[in-house]
Amino acid sequence: MGFLVVLAQRTLYGLLLLLAVLVLNFTMINLAPGDVVDTIAADMGGASAELVAQIRAEYGLDQPVIVQLGNYVWRVFQFDLGQSYFYNRPVTEMIFERLPATLLLVFSAQIFALVVGILLGVFAAQRPNGILSHIVTLFALFGYAAPVFWTGILLLIAFSLKIPLFPVAGMRDVTVEGFLPQALSVAHHLVLPMLTLGSIFIALYSRLCRASMLEVLGSDYVRTAKAKGLSPRDVTMKHALKNALPPVVTLAGLQFSAVISGAVLVETVFSWPGLGQLALTSILARDTPTILGILFFSALVVIVGNLLTDLVLRLIDPRVRGKA
Amino acid sequence: MKIAVLRHLAIVAGVAALLGTTAKAEDPVRGGTLITTLPQTPRHLNPAVQSGIVTGAPGAQLFAAPLRYDEDWTPQPYLAESWAWSDDGLSMTLNLVQGATFHDGDPITSEDVAFSVETIKANHPFKTMFGVVETVETPDDHTAILKLSQPHPALLLAMSSQLMPIIPKHIYGDGQDPKSHPRNGQDVVGSGPFKFVEFTADQQVILERNDDFFIEGRPYLDRIVYRIIKDASARAIGMENGELHMTTFENTVRNIKRMSENDDLVATDEGYAAIGPINWLAFNTGSDGPLADKRVRQAIAYAIDKNFILNAIMLGLSQESKTGIHPGSPLYYPDVNGYDLDIDKANALLDEAGYEKGADGIRFSLTIDHGNPTTKPQAEFTKASLAKVGIDVTVNSFVDFPTWANKISNHDFDMTWDTVFNWGDPVIGVHRTYDSQNIKEGVIWSNTQQYANNRIDELMAQAGQEIDPDKRAALYKEFQEILAEDLPVYWTNTLPYHTIYNKKVGNPPLGIWSSSSPYDLVFLKE
Repeated sequence: MGFLVVLAQRTLYGLLLLLAVLVLNFTMINLAPGDVVDTIAADMGGASAELVAQIRAEYGLDQPVIVQLGNYVWRVFQFDLGQSYFYNRPVTEMIFERLPATLLLVFSAQIFALVVGILLGVFAAQRPNGILSHIVTLFALFGYAAPVFWTGILLLIAFSLKIPLFPVAGMRDVTVEGFLPQALSVAHHLVLPMLTLGSIFIALYSRLCRASMLEVLGSDYVRTAKAKGLSPRDVTMKHALKNALPPVVTLAGLQFSAVISGAVLVETVFSWPGLGQLALTSILARDTPTILGILFFSALVVIVGNLLTDLVLRLIDPRVRGKA
Repeated sequence: MKIAVLRHLAIVAGVAALLGTTAKAEDPVRGGTLITTLPQTPRHLNPAVQSGIVTGAPGAQLFAAPLRYDEDWTPQPYLAESWAWSDDGLSMTLNLVQGATFHDGDPITSEDVAFSVETIKANHPFKTMFGVVETVETPDDHTAILKLSQPHPALLLAMSSQLMPIIPKHIYGDGQDPKSHPRNGQDVVGSGPFKFVEFTADQQVILERNDDFFIEGRPYLDRIVYRIIKDASARAIGMENGELHMTTFENTVRNIKRMSENDDLVATDEGYAAIGPINWLAFNTGSDGPLADKRVRQAIAYAIDKNFILNAIMLGLSQESKTGIHPGSPLYYPDVNGYDLDIDKANALLDEAGYEKGADGIRFSLTIDHGNPTTKPQAEFTKASLAKVGIDVTVNSFVDFPTWANKISNHDFDMTWDTVFNWGDPVIGVHRTYDSQNIKEGVIWSNTQQYANNRIDELMAQAGQEIDPDKRAALYKEFQEILAEDLPVYWTNTLPYHTIYNKKVGNPPLGIWSSSSPYDLVFLKE
């Protein structure tokens, strides 16, 4: 019962958030100097004044901003995200084409970062002042501090050029036929982007996991467990870790939007055909309907991601279940 | 003894085999898939209504044009087996090859040529290409006569692949707006050497051999895959590890240098003369400030060491360009003032113009913008150079293209670094920068310098109509001399565009239109 109320509440907040996302972003894009017609003209290597005026009129860009905003919001309420100015295609179609690639990248990077981060955290908590613990910390912080595009290019040079294990760009090999070989090809192409994107978050998760583990390892029931004569491994994995996890999962949920924004850069470096690349192109092109559509879907993904986090928390932490 | 003889024989056989393969390597072979690149996703694949290199590259494979060009600017027959000007230069007769068909099997006729010209004239951004074409007469299926309102020598270059694709009337003439026609990007029906297979945004464009191409035995390749890779470093790594066969329009100098050091790869700057990209420093001559005085503009040019730009910023990979016409063009006139570094002269000119140094050593202040992130070093270098002659420069940081374009096109700037393309004939891509009729607020790459000179306007009007090549060259000579004196922009160098190809690639596209020319001769060795 409690959960349903929470779900309804969250959904309502989510809808209000989406409306705010639309209005704020629309305003922001319109505050930026220049419009899509400048980019279309540039893309064509220059254009005449007549053509520029004609395109502006075609897209309704000659109307007052407030009228444009009203038209846009009204259309979205009718589940119509409009046509891309730049590509002349329905925005929804373009987004659905790319959503799977982004979801695959974001979820795999998030899971990779969580698994590695938790393992490193648990490991480091065993001997908090040991040399290995410091090495782990250093390594993780390096991944966090290095710019994504730099890590990406470095991995490309190492594992595409020097040791050619992975392909340099794209999502699949176009010459491969059949479902299984194609799936393998996608997995092959996914490795480097996933490592790059995940590397930022490993530091966050491992540091928090380490701190949380240290706190739990010092508590009474762990001492009791040890006194019962349980093996150190059982104490760590069964008793301590289970209680140390909730903060990490909460953080992972909060980081969801950060992972998505990280994906923009990773997708560009690895030519991963997802929403991030489309977002970047569209912002540079001032392709308002496409940008708003992407932000709309990203907001949805974040909201759903946060809901999932709540669900997972309920699964792993019985204390949360009691509260609404 | 016996062994020695055998060894000797083996060497002879080896040398013979080697010679055999070298001789054979030049003979084109059928088959294979060429993997090449596009640096951006094209809006669509129909060059009739969209300019630009990412549409032009696959567009030139999908669509044939009346003419094609070699590396010497000489027109070659293509879809037109012959062509002729009338004596008065007011009509151009094209005789189309017999038996040519579109990819859906329908014949290519003069009707399609007429329709293509109309569509391009109405929708293509370069209005000067076909603006003077009044009608296209079609006396029979294989003859098209373009009737002009005035002589227009630029037409010859405008009839090449990048600019005049022959599109099927029965597809694009259905009444829908050609600029947003659904068949521009999907199920494209063309007339060229390769047929449409797939176009997925941000992934790839795939084309396959047109078995019914109107040139017997061509193309040689079975397929072309254009992989869309936006990151220049990723493209370079792909070339180095052999994943890509060829990449064109590369202009990040460090990547070009790295690729050129690889034994499997060849890097060349051949093929960019017609597109003709030139870097320049533009002055807002219409402002009330010091830049309205040509002596100030000349002084600025003298104060900037062009060799530093050519050697240190461009790493010697680009050519010097002394005028607004690309050095690779037959109309380029190099014997004008190149404004080699001369600080004393710069100071003298500024004094003469009445801008004495103040007590703080500063004469006046200016701002400088730059039109893309890659020209930031030039902008910083300009600031440092002009400080030496007492001009205080503030570098405006580059936000993104629309922000810059909005500012420059509304004449809200002092100086800006910019890159502008010639697009073949000066009438198409050069005149727009200096034409006093083309000072249009809100339009980027119009005459944003607000430069006006009656003699220049006259020369452009005459040269645009002059059919005699020598007389035309003389007009453009005077044009370039006056501009080099007036200096509405200070031209420094060509963009370091390079084509990098694996040695496996035979006949890479090195003609004047680079990758925007048909790949029917390209082949893969082995």
